[in-house]
Amino acid sequence: MLYNLPFVAVVVLTIIGLATIVLKRNLIKIFLGITILESAVNLFLVSLGYREGGIAPIYTNAPDRLMVLPTPQALTLTSIVIGVATTALLLSFAIVIWKKYGSIEIGFLRRLKE
Amino acid sequence: MIPPFVIENSPALMVIVPFVAAFIAPFSGRVAPALRALVVGGAMAITSAITLLLASDVYAHGTRLYVFGAQAATLAVPPDSGGIPVRIMFTVDPMSALMLVITAISAFAVVLYSLTSERHHSGLGSYYTLFLLMVTGILGMVSTGDIFNFFVFLEILSIASAGLIAFRIDGGVAVEAAIKYFVLSTIGALAILFAIGIYYGEYNALNMALIAQRMQFTLLDQLALVLIIAALAMKCGAVPMHFWTPDAYSMAPSSITALLVVASQASLYGLFRTVFSLYNIALNAACVGWLIIILGVLSMVVGVTMAIPQKNVKRLMAYHAISQTGYMLLGVGVGLAVLGNQPLLDAFGYMAMEGGIFHIINHAMYKGLLFLTAGAIFFRIGTYDLNKMGGLGHSMKWTMIFFIIGALAIAGIPPFNGFASKLMIYESVFAFNPVLSVIAMVVSILTLASFVKVFHSIFMGPVLPEYKDVREVPRPMLAGMGILALVVILFGIFPSLVVETLVAPAAHALADQGMYIAAVIGGGV
Repeated sequence: MLYNLPFVAVVVLTIIGLATIVLKRNLIKIFLGITILESAVNLFLVSLGYREGGIAPIYTNAPDRLMVLPTPQALTLTSIVIGVATTALLLSFAIVIWKKYGSIEIGFLRRLKE
Repeated sequence: MIPPFVIENSPALMVIVPFVAAFIAPFSGRVAPALRALVVGGAMAITSAITLLLASDVYAHGTRLYVFGAQAATLAVPPDSGGIPVRIMFTVDPMSALMLVITAISAFAVVLYSLTSERHHSGLGSYYTLFLLMVTGILGMVSTGDIFNFFVFLEILSIASAGLIAFRIDGGVAVEAAIKYFVLSTIGALAILFAIGIYYGEYNALNMALIAQRMQFTLLDQLALVLIIAALAMKCGAVPMHFWTPDAYSMAPSSITALLVVASQASLYGLFRTVFSLYNIALNAACVGWLIIILGVLSMVVGVTMAIPQKNVKRLMAYHAISQTGYMLLGVGVGLAVLGNQPLLDAFGYMAMEGGIFHIINHAMYKGLLFLTAGAIFFRIGTYDLNKMGGLGHSMKWTMIFFIIGALAIAGIPPFNGFASKLMIYESVFAFNPVLSVIAMVVSILTLASFVKVFHSIFMGPVLPEYKDVREVPRPMLAGMGILALVVILFGIFPSLVVETLVAPAAHALADQGMYIAAVIGGGV
């Protein structure tokens, strides 16, 4: 049970993230929802590679013990970097919307329909 | 003539050249705009040349591997690795090569076009940076053999595309479109990353060939499949996840829209690659095949019916793009539905897949051409509103001719390329299920009707007083459109040649999972 706790957290975070994206009307909050979803996926990747009692996978002078998997950590790092770029771009969109419309409620994003 | 170094390293060079040029472009623009044009145009010409070189090599000698960081470029499985491909690699098989050809031609035509059409706009440094990053993303996506690498290139493509969609802020409307596109594609990309996590957890592998070899098709794999299909079907603009398409396509600068079409096809490639190369007969082919067919038919019908009442010419074309994507999904879906049943596959399955894949390349050409003509019209008269246009045929003769070529091709009128691929889809799908074939034909007729209306309202009629000074667009823009128009005509006149040399190897490479695995792991399944 304790071993599965990270995966339970992944599910909870995913639900919170998706609910935020769908239910909130404020652009910043929607973008926060995306960030939460991103954290859920990152947590999922890291917990996949975790081995109970494992040490960091550095081979130089390593004691002969179980190691955690390095690949998911590399994936997570890449994914975090991509996430930063994504968030930055989304927030810059929010800035432009605020400047042009004077609001970041998605109720105001209706001009495309006209 | 061509140094062996280039041929040997072409898979890496085709990604590195635009990537490096992307970051040189803004600095060269500081020196002189002409230098930037030279850098961008030159880099794109080199990239296209390398890409075409690689594609022709793949068609001549079979699948090419390029393993990054290995002693030899083709050393996928090092002797001390225990039979596991540990490194990131590019696996360029004929299907990838086909996508490379599409990207090379379209991107080159678009660069020629935008060097002139964007000349008077500000912020061109970042424009070309993002443009070249988009090209990098597409080329990487279609040639990588590592599923996490696929995700990385997908994100490069998404971020660059979103930046370009919002590029002309346009009072905030373009940013709305970009937000829509980017929120959806980020969620989609995260779904793909989740699926990648599932594969890694189950099979301890990120290499597509190794995952394919170890594929068990457990419940988790089904979950991963659903996540990937949903995400990539959304990215290629299939109904019911098509909402972003008309907004993004209509708000992006026209030259970018032409490249966005190619980007959507790259997502479609990812979808087919997953279904065929990763799962193949392990999945319930008939069930997933029908799922893709239904997505395709919905896209065809909804796309064309939404297109007819549109007033904005680019929105209209965008809905037609959705509708045409449906043809590809239909063709390849039929191929998938009969996968594993060799007699049926030989009877019409391969032909349906060839039709669908042929339609991918045709669509990228004629749809790119149509968007470029829309951009040319906007370049001169400054509006996309069909009600405000009229009588442009008197002054913009070449644009009109290119528009006619594109419109007839999309409607599937001989002798243009749309006819060739649609005929293959009609014939083979008729053997599978006549109703689907009839729907496809009706959609095609509606497409023709819609484009006759558009043609009439843009080009026909007397010269309107406000447009009496309108001139033809500059030559480089015509050259860009001309390249695509030439391909449309050539593919239409020699369809059997194109199918035999380009499309059939791609379809067979896609259907034959064993070959894909053997190319990487060697020795085979």
